[in-house]
Parts: sequence; C-alpha cells; structure tokens
Amino acid sequence: MDTASCQNALQEIFRDFFDDDTLTLRPDMTAHDVEGWDSLANIRLLLTIERKFQIKFSASEVGGLQNVEDLVALVARKAAYRGV
Amino acid sequence: MKRDLYRDLAWLPPCPADFNRQCRTALDSGDQLGHEIQRLARYALTDNELIRLSKTIASASSKGLPLTPLRPFKLGLAGNGTSEFITAAITATAVRFGLALTSATAGYDQALQDSLSADSALNRLQPDAALIALDWRALPLHPTPGDASGAKLAIDSTLDFFDTVRHAIRQNGAPLCIVQNLAPPPEGTFGSLDRSLEGTLRFLIDGVNAGLVERLRGSDDLLLDVAALAETVGLANWHSPSEWNLAKLPFSQAFLPLYADHVCRVLAAQRGLSRRCLVLDLDNTLWGGVIGDDGLKGIRIGQGDPSGEAYLSFQRYVLSLRERGIVLAVSSKNEDETARLPFRDHPDMLLHQEDFALFQANWNDKASNIQAIAETLSLGLESLVFVDDNPFEREMIRKILPAVAVPEMPQDPADYARTLSASGYFEAVTFSEEDRKRASYYAGNAQRAALLGQAGDVEGYLASLAMEIDFQPFNETGRVRITQLINKSNQFNLTTRRYTEAEVAQFEADPRALTLQVRLRDKLGDNGMISVVICRSNEPDVWEIDTWLMSCRVLGRRVEEAVLQQLLDHARRRGVRKLRGVFRPTDRNKLVEKHYAKLGFSQQPVPQDGCQIWELEVGSAVVKPVPMAIRSFGFNSVSSEMVR
Repeated sequence: MDTASCQNALQEIFRDFFDDDTLTLRPDMTAHDVEGWDSLANIRLLLTIERKFQIKFSASEVGGLQNVEDLVALVARKAAYRGV
Repeated sequence: MKRDLYRDLAWLPPCPADFNRQCRTALDSGDQLGHEIQRLARYALTDNELIRLSKTIASASSKGLPLTPLRPFKLGLAGNGTSEFITAAITATAVRFGLALTSATAGYDQALQDSLSADSALNRLQPDAALIALDWRALPLHPTPGDASGAKLAIDSTLDFFDTVRHAIRQNGAPLCIVQNLAPPPEGTFGSLDRSLEGTLRFLIDGVNAGLVERLRGSDDLLLDVAALAETVGLANWHSPSEWNLAKLPFSQAFLPLYADHVCRVLAAQRGLSRRCLVLDLDNTLWGGVIGDDGLKGIRIGQGDPSGEAYLSFQRYVLSLRERGIVLAVSSKNEDETARLPFRDHPDMLLHQEDFALFQANWNDKASNIQAIAETLSLGLESLVFVDDNPFEREMIRKILPAVAVPEMPQDPADYARTLSASGYFEAVTFSEEDRKRASYYAGNAQRAALLGQAGDVEGYLASLAMEIDFQPFNETGRVRITQLINKSNQFNLTTRRYTEAEVAQFEADPRALTLQVRLRDKLGDNGMISVVICRSNEPDVWEIDTWLMSCRVLGRRVEEAVLQQLLDHARRRGVRKLRGVFRPTDRNKLVEKHYAKLGFSQQPVPQDGCQIWELEVGSAVVKPVPMAIRSFGFNSVSSEMVR
C-alpha cells in the first residue's frame, strides 16, 4: 500500500478514534500534538489500526515509532506484505 | 458482514453509525440523561465504543449530573495486567443492567498487597463487590511435570492465595468477592498428555478451577466462570500473546465487550436484577410455518424433518428454562383457538399449554399484550425477555417498551437456543427448590391477560420504519408468487377463492379485471409480496372485490388502508361509482369479519350464496393518510372495457 493512501486511511481512523473531524495527520505529528493521545489511548489506537488493516504489530516494531511518519511507513509496509 | 454471536454480541441490536455524536449530545439531555445513556448502552458496542460511553458517563459524573434511574454500585477490581480498559468496559456495560458503577482498582500487579492494606484505593472505596480477576501468570503455578506432590503444592498454594485475597478484601469491608477462574493457555508441551500428567500447566489449572468451586461453596463469594467463556470462544482466540506482549492485556480485547457483559450479569444476578419471564411468539419461533395458514399438518415441528428438529431443539431449551423456574408466556398474532391447536393436538410438541402462565393470542399489537403480561404477573418490564422471529415485532417492542430485553434472533432456528443462551438474560447465582417451583406458582393455566389499553406510540413506530408499498397489476414475473398466496392464505382472506396458475395468467390479460400485487419494504428489510387483490367489473360502474388477501405478517401496519386508497384511485380514474366487498366466512378467517366495516363499507341487507356483501361509495370515501411511501406502476392507461 502506498504511503499517501495509507496516511489517508489512518487519518480516518484517527478522526473516528479521537472523535475529531478536523484532525489532520502530519508526518512530524506525535502523541503530544493530539488531545487524549496518552499511553492507554495509544494501546487502543494500535489495536484499532491492527483490526482495520488486518495486520499485527509486535512490541518491538511499536517501540521504535517516533512520529506519525514512522507509523504510516510501518502500516504501509505491513499492509503491503498482506497484499492490500 | 455476518455478526459473530460472541465477538459482536449479536443478540444486541447493531450500533448506529453516529454513536460518537449521540454520546456527545447525551450530555445535553437534562433529566433524561440516565435514560439516554441506557438507550446508548443497549446497542452492541465494540471495545472502543464501550470506552467512549464510559467517558460520557465519567463526564456526567464529574459534572455532578444525576444518572437516575440507574442504581449506584461500587466495584473493586484486583487483577493483573492492564486493567483500565476492563473497568471502563464494565462501567459502560453495567448501564444496560441498570447500574451506575464507580470503581477502584488494585495497583498494577498489587492484588495481594492492596487487598491486605486498609489504605488502598480498593479498600477505601468500600465496594459493594470486588472482582478478583487474576490469570495464571500472577499465580504460583510453576509446572512440575510428572511430580504429583509438586503439583498438589502448586494447586494448594494457589487456592490459598485466592483465599487470602478474598478474606483480606472481606475483612476490609466488602460484603462479597467475585472470583474469576482460570482459562488455560492453548500452548501445551505434551499434547493430550498435558491433561492427565500431574504438574503440567493444564493439569494445575484444572486442579485450581476444581478447587475454586469447592472453596467457594458455602461462602457468599461467587464464581465468574471465565474458563467456560474462554472455551466457548476458543482458548486460542481468548489468549493473545501479541496483545499481552504489546500492552500486558490479559485477554484479547476483541472479547472485552463479552467479558464485561459476563461480569455485569453476575453483579446484576446477585442484586436480583436478572430477568425472570420469557415471552414467546409462536409462528416460526416455536414451530416452522404459520398455524393459521398451514394447519396442524403443515407446521414443522418434530423429528425427521431438519427444520422441525431445529424448532424442537429450541422448545427443549425453553422447557429447560421453565424447569429452572423461568416463567413462560405466549404473545402471538393468531386466533386464540388456532394458536392452542398445536399444543393440544400435535404429537411432537414438547411444550404444552400448562407450561405457560399466560397465553396472549389475539390480533392486537404485541406491545399492549406484553404490557398486559407484565401487569398480570406483577413483574416489571425489566423482568421480561421477548423472543420473536419477526424483526418488525422485535423493533416495535424495543421502541415502545425499551425495558423489555429483545434479543436479535438468527435466520436459522437451529441457532435459536444458542443465541438465547448466549444473551445471558437469565443469569442465576443460586438455585433452590423455590426457584424450581416458581414457574408453577403462576398457576400455569395459560390464561388470557386482560388488555389494559394501548401501550405507547404505535403510529410513531410505524412512521419510523420508512415503509414503502408498491402496487402493480398481475404480471408474468409475479405469477408464481401470486398463485402461491392465493392458494395458501386462509386467515386474512375475504373470499378464499382458489385459482390455478393458468387462471391467474388469464387475469393478467382480462380487461374487465383490476388486479393488484402488493409488495412492502421497510428499513428492517423487504417483506416481498404481501397482498393480492382482484376486482371484477361484472356490472357497469361497480367493482366487485373477488379476492382480497394479505400476509398476517404485516398486520397492524395499515396496509389494508393503503390498498383501499389504491383501489379508490384506480376506481376514480375509471369512473367507477361503487366498490362491492364480499366476505365469505370460513372456519379460518374470523380475523377479517370486520375488515370491510373498519374500512367504512356498509353491509348490504341481502347476502348472496352465504356471503356478506359490503358496499362503499367511491365518490365520498376518504382514507386517512397512511405512514408509507406509495408507488404504483405497470397499470395500462384506462381501457374502454373498464369504463362503462
């Protein structure tokens, strides 16, 4: 899956998850930039992304994420492997 | 996409797309807040939606907004692993059981310490109940394969650990503990031998689970059988190594809603809030087919026929509920005599009239009937569960009597028992002789309860269905179904005239006949063809209604009035002055003896061939607007034969 469509799909997920229709994903965005994105929300967000894309994250993959750009790249890579 | 019974709580109605928005606006509902949150909680909610709803509840609490009629309940939780989502999910789910939960949790992996310490958040809450939710990872269950005394030591130490935590919590003021047993991980080291070789993890967990049953016996503490729950959904699905690895989630979050539901069932049961009465529809619920149309020989119940066996297995399940004290009642749209026929005369029926406390078989709406059942049994509506194969009836009761539990039923009757069981409405935490006898305290003489007037806004419900009714003349496409309806309708059939397919085809081409095939759709689904009408003009200016029949499945929706409106429209266009209705009474169509009277026809003094004759002046006839969108197509422009 290419990063642009991946980012769009993730943006939809973020908007629904954080209940904010105006949320716009930027590559340099981190948890600090979004209200309610604490460590517990992070867990649920990752599980939601797993469910929607039908992929699974490992603890080490997730541990390496610094910002939205990393997340988009990771999801795109895993979704591609799945044949999405 | 097909909903999974356990992952999606498929017995609950699906959640609307704008759930988040509804959670937000709930906070503005003033004194209806508790009711509004309860309405939202009655949908099948995912883990994220439960947490969303719990945030709405937390927001309401922090603003000091009252949540009546929800009853307050304080729950303590002592678990291992990440438990924040569990308390949020339980809080949101508890609303459906009528409870406004506040909770306190033992610190991460601090179950023992916090239960012993009077000062912990857990004990300072003084909970009404404490849930001890430990899994095997938190317990001294070190496998010792082949070592029987090592196994016994591990099992006893674990059971002692549970006892210590329980007693500590009780010492600190909580009146009861709910102890969760252990779901074994699917990974074994030997295969089948894991079960029987002393000291394997499977062996140890089996021992602990059996021991817990014994240690809790005779105490006030209750068992939450998570082992059974995990087995039901599959241990390999329940346990998710990746979710534990990712965030110390003790079981797969996909089952969070189901788990929360099971916890709440036990809490509610302990408080006496479980439901006690099962109200059942008859046609296509307790047997296959419609007794009024198919007769004793036509309904499917019994051995030897797959459909009949499915209904039999459901009857068997219902009977087992009665045997444990659940009160049974019937709410069916049928003639009373007709509805009782299978119970009296069909040899394969498992349920009998004496099994029912009340037997409501009439043509009134089910909301009024179910309300009468509750009143007569002196039970609140929140004690009732209503099972019906018809989505129209189910949705009506959910709208008009929201306190009644109405599970979504699957298409296949083979799954009815499993669905009703999965819904868990009758959860019990004790069982006594008195419970066993309870159902018979209600005399079981299958009486009729007096209807006490109409329950709720039926008109409003009908309008909310967005019904669409389509009228077409007979045509080749509809011919087979039209013929089928003509030959099998017995109850809502004014003249019971039977025609072959060839005769129906002739009507298609007959310029002196006005024919209607009627289809009904609504937001719940497509009902297909539900009514057939044939008018003939044997006299100038007069249409005689040779045939008027309708499926009983769409009674109570004012379809008859829409059909009359359609007939009047065509009559006016063709200069017809009078509609003549014919009613030929049979032993099956008592239902429609007042049909023409209700539509404003006047009975003519002289019957013909044993038939009542009713007439309506087309010019002055008025039909009140009906709650459906009407489409009429395929009719030829006025043919000369039909006009004088």
